[in-house]
Amino acid sequence: MEVEVVGRRTFLLGAGASLAVATFLANLPALGQEPVRSIDEALKKVLGDAKPAETGITLEVPEIAENGNTVPFTLSVDSPMTEASHVKALHIFAAGNPQVGVASYIFTPASGKAAVSSRMRLARTQDVVAVAALSDGKFLIGRREVKVTIGGCGG
Amino acid sequence: MSAAKPRIRVPEKAKVGEVIEIKTLVQHVMETGNRKTADGKVVPRNIINTFTASFNGTEFFKADVAPGISANPYLAFFMKVPGPGEFEFTWLDDAGVKISQKMPLAVG
Repeated sequence: MEVEVVGRRTFLLGAGASLAVATFLANLPALGQEPVRSIDEALKKVLGDAKPAETGITLEVPEIAENGNTVPFTLSVDSPMTEASHVKALHIFAAGNPQVGVASYIFTPASGKAAVSSRMRLARTQDVVAVAALSDGKFLIGRREVKVTIGGCGG
Repeated sequence: MSAAKPRIRVPEKAKVGEVIEIKTLVQHVMETGNRKTADGKVVPRNIINTFTASFNGTEFFKADVAPGISANPYLAFFMKVPGPGEFEFTWLDDAGVKISQKMPLAVG
């Protein structure tokens, strides 16, 4: 039987480091509250290293938004929404907002349709980016530019 | 969230297998955390961060909401009708306030 003997100094250093990491993690703002300020970072979080197909997402937004405080959108993917083939999630981002996250919508086959409508804030003219995560592990991406006359993020 | 009840539109009756649209509207300031008061202090973030929709106890749709959603959030989504029963919709905000609303669905 092989036993690894860890010197006492090594053990204590390791324990100290673990405590430091634990304290640091405990003091981070609540998950989900960490603002993501770059579209590249947001996309990396959702896609990892996957390359999304640039097709299949319908992103309905106005070409020109009169009021950036409330810009209506509809996001959908044509999918049978069966157990074998469905959209797991639709993510929407505003690439030019101070925080790029708009929302993530989680679907199940019981949803019947991978479609959602809501209203978002746009700080200025920018790209709205949508990503679909499919049940087969693949991703889709789409983007549309929205021109904004009066910005709506406050500040 | 204000004391006003969320507004929910669901068809009065549906057929089994039909895909119906559900529309919801709730009053909430959806404070982004980007605004500053006149004297330069940041108004802290307080948004509805999660919305869930369940039918007969099973969650079928969820929204993880970020500061990019407008005040008084409108949200419309769909469900494939498995039979008659009861919806439950919940909204949860950063302050921990939770609003829950049930609605029946008849089938025929």
